[in-house]
Amino acid sequence: MKKRTGDPTEEKKFRKLRALNKSVIPEYFYRGSIDSRSKRAGMTRVLLGALKSSSASLPESFKISLLLVVIFTLPFFDKNPYHIDIMVTAGIFMLLASGLNVIVGFAGILNLGYAAFYAMGAYTYALVNLHLGVPFWAGLWVSGFVTALFGILLALPAFRLSGDYLAIVTLGFGEIVRITLNNLDRITGGPNGLLGIQHPALHFSSYQYQFGVRSEPYYFLVFSLVVIVVFFLKRLESSRLGRAWVAIREDELAASCMGVDLGWAKLSAFGIGGFIAGIAGCVFAAKQGTVSPDSFDFVVSVMILAMVVLGGLGNIWGALLGAFMLNLLPEFLRGFDIYRMLFFGIAMILIMLLRPQGILGERRHKEEFHSQSSR
Amino acid sequence: MIYALIALGYTLVYGILQLINFAHGEIFMVGAYLGLFVYTLSQTVSGNLAATPLTISIIVLAMIGTAALGVTIERFAYRPLRNSPRLAPLITAIGLSFLLQNAVMLIFGPSDKNFPQIIKSQNYSWGNVAFTNLQILIALTSILLMVVLNAFIKNSKLGKAMRALADDPKAASLVGINPDQIISIAFLIGSGLAGAGGVMFGMYYNTINFHDGYLVGLKAFTAAVLGGIGNVPGAMLGGLLIGILESLGAGYLSSEWKNVFAFFILFLVLLLRPSGLLGSRVVKKV
Repeated sequence: MKKRTGDPTEEKKFRKLRALNKSVIPEYFYRGSIDSRSKRAGMTRVLLGALKSSSASLPESFKISLLLVVIFTLPFFDKNPYHIDIMVTAGIFMLLASGLNVIVGFAGILNLGYAAFYAMGAYTYALVNLHLGVPFWAGLWVSGFVTALFGILLALPAFRLSGDYLAIVTLGFGEIVRITLNNLDRITGGPNGLLGIQHPALHFSSYQYQFGVRSEPYYFLVFSLVVIVVFFLKRLESSRLGRAWVAIREDELAASCMGVDLGWAKLSAFGIGGFIAGIAGCVFAAKQGTVSPDSFDFVVSVMILAMVVLGGLGNIWGALLGAFMLNLLPEFLRGFDIYRMLFFGIAMILIMLLRPQGILGERRHKEEFHSQSSR
Repeated sequence: MIYALIALGYTLVYGILQLINFAHGEIFMVGAYLGLFVYTLSQTVSGNLAATPLTISIIVLAMIGTAALGVTIERFAYRPLRNSPRLAPLITAIGLSFLLQNAVMLIFGPSDKNFPQIIKSQNYSWGNVAFTNLQILIALTSILLMVVLNAFIKNSKLGKAMRALADDPKAASLVGINPDQIISIAFLIGSGLAGAGGVMFGMYYNTINFHDGYLVGLKAFTAAVLGGIGNVPGAMLGGLLIGILESLGAGYLSSEWKNVFAFFILFLVLLLRPSGLLGSRVVKKV
């Protein structure tokens, strides 16, 4: 099924141009005009297609509200504290994956040190809470802004570096933060971390609700935050800034020629990504009551990245799905006992081989997928 | 020195595919375990072999093993994703990393393994400089391997094909270079070097663990970037620098901060020379 005949490179150029145009021209303009030609993953496509057509009849708002109802009533049906606890962790990682998605998925900057932002959020809340007695709700903002600030500081060298060199700087940053936390015994407690962080509490005039150590309140807290962040990112995606990010991701040079302020766009991507990681870290610290450096090592950065890529780069729902899957998969594989992580690795490879663009690839990515070789 | 050997593997693959092979550190670790395995095997077959031929055969066999592993990985985990978005193979690499680590853990057990001192360590000193015969051996072997590699890439037909492919994949395939074959060879060489690095690492530190691959891999990758990734002499230089800086940092500051020190230098270098020490500045054409 070939639509255009002729020089393949010409066609490639055309497709690339079109992909670029899409950041400027309304999307419905081109919808449906692209023939997908993936040979592999025919099965998954058929399955997904069937899923799509069966759910396509329902309006989007209905689907989302259904999802919300399911999420927020789950603790009333599922009384198993272990399940809820896993879901809280999954929720925190959903926040993190969403945040990293802004940097890697939207703006296309590979960040290998995202756990450092997460750590900063957690330690910021721990420190301001322990030393200044700042309550959780204020700490959430403090963590967010402090982490955003560090994100912006880290992004400053981004002006000079490109691609993988920037990735290695973020990697180095992640390691430096972790080792520093480990070594600054007097401030951060070294490898033992900080203990006795306050749990959040709600005040209704005279009535006070303590979050304590049970998982349920955190479940509602985390998923409320996820909903807020997703809403915010949804709006951001189609804003001027969101489109600027996509333009940078596709072609930095062309974007700057079209008047996109590269520096500003990159800084804001790191700032927003940092902010989200900051609040995720704050929630983590408040839930655990303790923070220690080994919750934030390189593997965590890599796992968050894997969530984003597995779910589908640049897709907000994909990041959520990826975080959900990579958190729950090891739990389901518990039956395999010591072979668990072995199968986990195999599962990751298989998913990527079957759907290289991620489970829910972003539409723009999907269209380019077979026209663009690895740059 | 060992960092340099592993950094070479990263650079070779990156130069051609622009792919960060995250599983490379794991290949290094597998190399160390293979070395141990060959040693144990040789002890059961015949008790007393002379140290020198034994060492050489262990290194060579481990290299063959890891080279085969590298090619297999490329064939099944990376080749199907050749035309995918750039981050897709990165994720399979992470998955592979989990797979290899856990496979080794299951086969050899989770605790530290003693790596036998095949060659007895002896101390020498020359003026103020103290060194052991092992250090010299490792340095010599590394230099030998690097010189051979450099000559191979510069002069041989395959080496030229490799460079052509790195330069412009499309043009290279137009003049009759088979990209699949050359990429396989790049993985073969890179993994083989990592295997040699693994054995030497085991011989030097006398203890190996299935977690070793990750940190060493990370530093070797840093070294490759420091020297300018995709650049073969750069990787050697970067590996040497990282090794030296680390031991200097550990000696003059404190061992706790040595990793911070290495990464901090990396920051500085990249700020001053954004494409690494020996990396060429790529001018982007429109």
